[in-house]
Amino acid sequence: MNISRRDFNKLIVSGIAGSALGVFGGIGNAYAAKNRVVVIGGGFGGATAAKYLKKLDPSLSVTLVEPKAAYITCPFSNWVLGGLKTMEEITQTYGNLSSRYGVKVMADTAVSIDTARSTVTLKGGAVLNYDRLIVSPGIDFKWDAIQGYSQEVAEATMPHAFQAGPQTVLLNRQLQMMKDGGTVLICPPANPFRCPPGPYERASIIAYYLKEHKPKSKILILDAKDKFSKQALFQKGWERLYPGMIEWRGAAKGGKVQAVDSAAMTVTTELEVLKGDVVNIIPPQKAGRIAFDSGLSDASGWCPVNPVSFESTLRPGVHVIGDACVAGPMPKSGFAASSQGKVAAAAIVRLLRGKQPVSPSLVNTCYSLLAPGYGISVAGVYKISAEGIVEVPNSGGLTPIDAGDDQLMQEAMYARGWYNNIVKDIWG
Amino acid sequence: MPSKMQIILTACVVLSGTLPASMEAVAAGTRAAKRSKAADVDPRGQVLAFSCAGCHGTDGKSVGIIPGFYGKSPEYLEAALKDFKSGARFSSIMGRHAKGYSDEEIHQIAEYFGTVWTKNK
Ligand SMILES: Cc1cc2nc3c(=O)[nH]c(=O)nc-3n(C[C@H](O)[C@H](O)[C@H](O)COP(=O)(O)OP(=O)(O)OC[C@H]3O[C@@H](n4cnc5c(N)ncnc54)[C@H](O)[C@@H]3O)c2cc1C
Ligand code: HEC
Repeated sequence: MNISRRDFNKLIVSGIAGSALGVFGGIGNAYAAKNRVVVIGGGFGGATAAKYLKKLDPSLSVTLVEPKAAYITCPFSNWVLGGLKTMEEITQTYGNLSSRYGVKVMADTAVSIDTARSTVTLKGGAVLNYDRLIVSPGIDFKWDAIQGYSQEVAEATMPHAFQAGPQTVLLNRQLQMMKDGGTVLICPPANPFRCPPGPYERASIIAYYLKEHKPKSKILILDAKDKFSKQALFQKGWERLYPGMIEWRGAAKGGKVQAVDSAAMTVTTELEVLKGDVVNIIPPQKAGRIAFDSGLSDASGWCPVNPVSFESTLRPGVHVIGDACVAGPMPKSGFAASSQGKVAAAAIVRLLRGKQPVSPSLVNTCYSLLAPGYGISVAGVYKISAEGIVEVPNSGGLTPIDAGDDQLMQEAMYARGWYNNIVKDIWG
Repeated sequence: MPSKMQIILTACVVLSGTLPASMEAVAAGTRAAKRSKAADVDPRGQVLAFSCAGCHGTDGKSVGIIPGFYGKSPEYLEAALKDFKSGARFSSIMGRHAKGYSDEEIHQIAEYFGTVWTKNK
């Protein structure tokens, strides 16, 4: 089952691949002069790409633009809510990228991209020239999707906690202040959104905390969709670990939240008005703002890319990776973003040398913790076909629904092992 | 226009042999020759092998509870991946990953790691 050379070439230059100009922009030119790569965003996608560019070709000049000196990972931020991790333990920094790998890290924000001139302008005024640009800005929220919700409301009373940091701290503090017998509302959006199992792992870890400290409390998940990631595994685990504590209401049962009242601490669904003691609203999302402002996103709100190189199909020379891009069936996860970062880095190194990128393989695994000794996972291995990125048939998939307690325990431990290794692979 | 079915049938994996002859390393070279010359890195084996680091650490050097495989021979790695793929060896997750690669790709991954060990000697 090999894609033919003709099909592969066609994929690179046309159709879903698009951007023939960009792909072949470097070919035939003297490549010695083309060695400047700028990376916007130092999260899972961008930091991986910056490091791997230097690993693959130390002669490249790689500049990483990221405003935050300390990056707090969303992965394991749910664990903080159960007292299983501290904020320090999920904080990563950029020192190693510069001292060990020679990445130039600029603590600044990219405010505009000029693709005609191949420049990026930073908030601080600097203008960076690039031969190839990688954009990995993560997500932005569609604030107007839920009436009454806004960034101010999120920061004051109803956190989303879907960008880790102060939002995580706020949600954690609210849970700790809540009285026994209180109700926690968790309100996830429809697909696609960052970390499909995230809200349900969150419900699990909050239940773990409540069972220990506030056992009369309840968690109600008001969902904008009718099914969710690893659903059967989560629901089975909830019954075993936290019977009666977590209720999930899908869209068909009126789960979709339409409006909130932050003063009254209520949410309004199609059917009723519900009050929560802690209200976690996870709004619908779109590609991070810089992608939007630079014309990298389409009507879907996300950025279409060539599946071989992650080069934008809308703006040649610019590669979009991570949550912001559309990568076929790959979920928006840190693991996927990192995998895409490596693929984009390898493709760019070849493109700058006037060579065609090789057909990549991409991977994802999302571990979720239901309790300290109870883990589940979903895995995927992806290849390129003429249709774009597709999951390799008969690979990947879920923890078996009848997995024994020892396997669930193993997965909980391997989740920790995964975190330690991936953050070292990216920021170490 | 090739039919959609034809595209699906032919389109799963690009093996190095299908790339233009002018393109580096594996397209031309035999495997034995490759392993002896650490500088010759198979770019496809490399990009496949990068995906292991998220769990096993960079170049298989694990810092956590997931077993590392730094320095293990390509023969060992290839056999382990094939055993996970077939289910002959129990795993919580490796089977699900190993099934994502053809035997040829497993070979390429194992050979790539071999070149990394040689280079680091
Ligand atoms: C609760 C929760 C749990 C999760 N758990 C997991 C998990 O267990 N496993 C997993 O794989 N994934 C998990 N995820 C998903 C994961 O966090 C994201 O998929 C991942 O962070 C995406 O990486 P990214 O590089 O696209 O974006 P991000 O990691 O968000 O990085 C974007 C970076 O770009 C910077 N930036 C944005 N705009 C600009 C600009 N204009 N100029 C300069 N810098 C800019 C930002 O400051 C940010 O640091 C979880 C997410 C959540 C919310
Ligand atoms: C999602 C995480 C994950 C990914 C990705 C992954 N592995 Fe593993 N690997 C594991 C875990 C966990 C084990 C322990 C067995 C198990 O329970 O699955 C393991 C076991 C192994 C072993 C056995 C170690 C020994 O000492 O015998 C080898 C070899 C191995 N993996 C190689 C690889 C290679 C090569 C890749 C990339 C193609 C890879 N793994 C990708 C998690 C992963």
